[in-house]
Amino acid sequence: MTATAQQVSPDRVHISLRDLTMAYGDFVIQRDLSFDINHEDIFIIMGGSGCGKSTLLKHLIGLMAPTRGDIEYDGVNFWTSSPQVQNKLKHRFGVLFQSGALWSSQTLAENVALSIEEYTDLGKKQISEVVSYKLALVGLAGYEDFYPSEISGGMRKRAGLARAMALDPEILFFDEPSAGLDPISAKRLDELILELRDSLKTTVVVVTHELASIFDIGNNSVFLDVETKTMIATGDPSKLRTDSPEAKVREFLNRGKT
Amino acid sequence: MSLSYYTGMSRHLYGDRDIIIPNLVTLSDSKHWSLSVNPMDNGTLIIVAAGDWRLKNNLPDVGSLHAYLGDHPDYQQLGFDSRQVSHWDTGFCTFLLSVIELSNSVGIKVDLSGLPEGVRRLLMLATAVPQVKDTGRQYQATGNLQKIGQSAIDFANGVPAALHFLGEVVLALVQFFKGKAQYKRADLFLIIQEVGPNALPIVTLISFLVGLILAYMGAVQLQQFGAQIFIADLVGIGMVREMAGLMTGIIMAGRSGAAFAAQLGTMQVNEEIDALKTLGISPMEYLVLPRMLALIMMVPLLTLYGSIVGMIAGMVIAVSAFDVTVFEYYNQTLRALNVQQFLVGLSKATVYGVLIAYSGCLRGMQSGRSASAVGEATTSAVVTSIVLIVVAASILTIVFHALGI
Repeated sequence: MTATAQQVSPDRVHISLRDLTMAYGDFVIQRDLSFDINHEDIFIIMGGSGCGKSTLLKHLIGLMAPTRGDIEYDGVNFWTSSPQVQNKLKHRFGVLFQSGALWSSQTLAENVALSIEEYTDLGKKQISEVVSYKLALVGLAGYEDFYPSEISGGMRKRAGLARAMALDPEILFFDEPSAGLDPISAKRLDELILELRDSLKTTVVVVTHELASIFDIGNNSVFLDVETKTMIATGDPSKLRTDSPEAKVREFLNRGKT
Repeated sequence: MSLSYYTGMSRHLYGDRDIIIPNLVTLSDSKHWSLSVNPMDNGTLIIVAAGDWRLKNNLPDVGSLHAYLGDHPDYQQLGFDSRQVSHWDTGFCTFLLSVIELSNSVGIKVDLSGLPEGVRRLLMLATAVPQVKDTGRQYQATGNLQKIGQSAIDFANGVPAALHFLGEVVLALVQFFKGKAQYKRADLFLIIQEVGPNALPIVTLISFLVGLILAYMGAVQLQQFGAQIFIADLVGIGMVREMAGLMTGIIMAGRSGAAFAAQLGTMQVNEEIDALKTLGISPMEYLVLPRMLALIMMVPLLTLYGSIVGMIAGMVIAVSAFDVTVFEYYNQTLRALNVQQFLVGLSKATVYGVLIAYSGCLRGMQSGRSASAVGEATTSAVVTSIVLIVVAASILTIVFHALGI
C-alpha cells in the first residue's frame, strides 16, 4: 500500500483497510473488511441497524483497536505505530459524534477553542477570531458564550461540527450527521460537507442511512451486512443502487423497493 | 464601480504572477507572508496578500490596515489580490473576515472577486447567517457587590424551592402509605442493599475506631480515681445516644447522599426524568420515595449495629489495657443502658436518614444539565446533609436534655 500512497494523483488512497475484523471480546461484529478511501472522497459507511457502522467508525478514529487486520493512513499503519505517531495522526482527524458530544460545562467558544489552545501557539485574540469564524461557518455566529444545554439539538450538532473543524483536519468523520435535524438543516449540513471537501480538500467519512444524503454527497461507499457479518458492496452509491449484484444493497438503496 | 470593471482592470494592470506592482505599500510582513496595499486612482484600495497564509505562521491582524485607512480616508472600496498566496487555511479566512468587519464599520464596500474560489465560498458561508445579536440571554453579575446581592437572592430563592420539594416528598409518602405510590419494589430492595448491607464494612471500621477513641479518652481520666469500670458507661451511653448515629450519618451522607445526587443529576442530564414525567409517572414517587424509605430504614439499623461495634471496641480496650474483666464490663454496660437510651439514639438516626435522603434527592433533582452541574449537585448534597445532621444533632441533644430523657 505504501507505493500507492506515495503516488501523487487526485484519487490516491488516503485511508486503507486490510482484512479488518472487529469484535467485542468473542463477539465478532464484522470480519474481513478491505477497502480504500481516497483523498477528497465523501465516503459513506452504510448498512442496517446494528451492523457495526459506528463500531467501524470507532476503529477509524483510533478509539477501538481492531481484533485483526490493519488500518493505514497515507500508508502509515495506525495500530502498529508508536503512541506518539498515533497522536500525530489523530491531530489530522476531526470527529462529529452522533449527539455532538460537546463538553457540557464549557461554552461553545471554549469547546471549539480547546484543540486550538492545545496544539497551536496562537494568541488569545487570534483564537477567539478563529473560533468565531468556525462558528460562523456552521451558522452559529453570536452563540460563542452559550452552554450546550442552552441551545437546541440541531445547534449542538452544528457546534460539534465547528469543534471538529477547529484544526482544519485532513479527514472529517461524521456519525449520523443528519439524524435529528430538520430537512432544511440536513440539506444545509450536506452542502457544508461538500463545501468543506471542495474548498479545503478534506476527506470525509460519513456513517449514515439517510438515503437523500447518501446520493447527494457520497461518491464512494461500503455496505456492511448484518447477517454475513462482512461488507457486501463498495463503490459509488448511485451506481450501486441500480447495478449492485447484491439484492440486499439494491433494496437498501431503493428503500425496500427492488 | 461594478465587479467586472474591477476584475478587468486588475488583469490589465498586472496579468503576470510575479510582476512588480509600482505603488505597493507594505503594511506588515514576515519570512512567510506579506501584507501590502496597492492604492488605485479610482478610489479602490487593493489588499495584496502573498506567501504562506496558514495559522501556524503567526498571521497579522487588521490593525495596520485600519491605521492606513485612517490616514487615507478617501477610499470607497476594498479589493483583493491573492495571486501570490501559496497556501492558505483558516488563518487567511479569519483575517479576511476581520477585514470585512473593519470595512463594514468604516463604511467601505468590499469586493471579494480577487480571492481564490475556495476562500470566497467559505466566506460566503460564514457570512450567510447573520450574527445573532439579541439572544435574550441575561448576563451574570460581575461586580463584587452585585455578586453578593446575587448570591443572597439565589439563597432566598432556594428556600421556597426546598420547601416545595419537602412538600412533594410528604405527598409521595402519603401516596406510599395509601398504597398508591408508583415505584418498583425491586428498585427499593436494590437501594436498600446498596445503602444498608453494602455499607457494613465501613460502618464497622469507623464505629470500632470511634469506640476505641471514646474508651481511651475516658479511661485516662477515670483511671486517676480508680474508676476504670465506668469506661463501660461512657462508651455505652456515648455510642448509643450520640456517636454511632452521628458517625453513621456522616458516612451515609458521603456514601449514599452523594450517590443519590449523582444518580438523579445524571438522569436529569440525560432527560430520563423528563421521560418519566411524560409517562405520567411522578419522579418523586418513582425515584425519590424508594431512596427516602431505604435510608429511613437503614440508617437506624446501621446505627444500632455501629453502637454495638463501638461498645465491643470499648470492651477490648478496657479489658486489655485497664484491668477490667469481660464480665464486669458486660454487667456495667447493662446497668448503664436502658431501652430509652436506644430509642433516643435511634430516633436521632431516623432524623439523620431523612435529612441525608432529602438533601441528596433535592440536590440531584435540582441539578443542571451539564457534567459540572452534576458535580456541584453532589458536593452540595454532601455539604448540606452534613450541616443539617450536625445542626439536628445539637438541637435534639438540647431538646432531649430539656425533656429529661
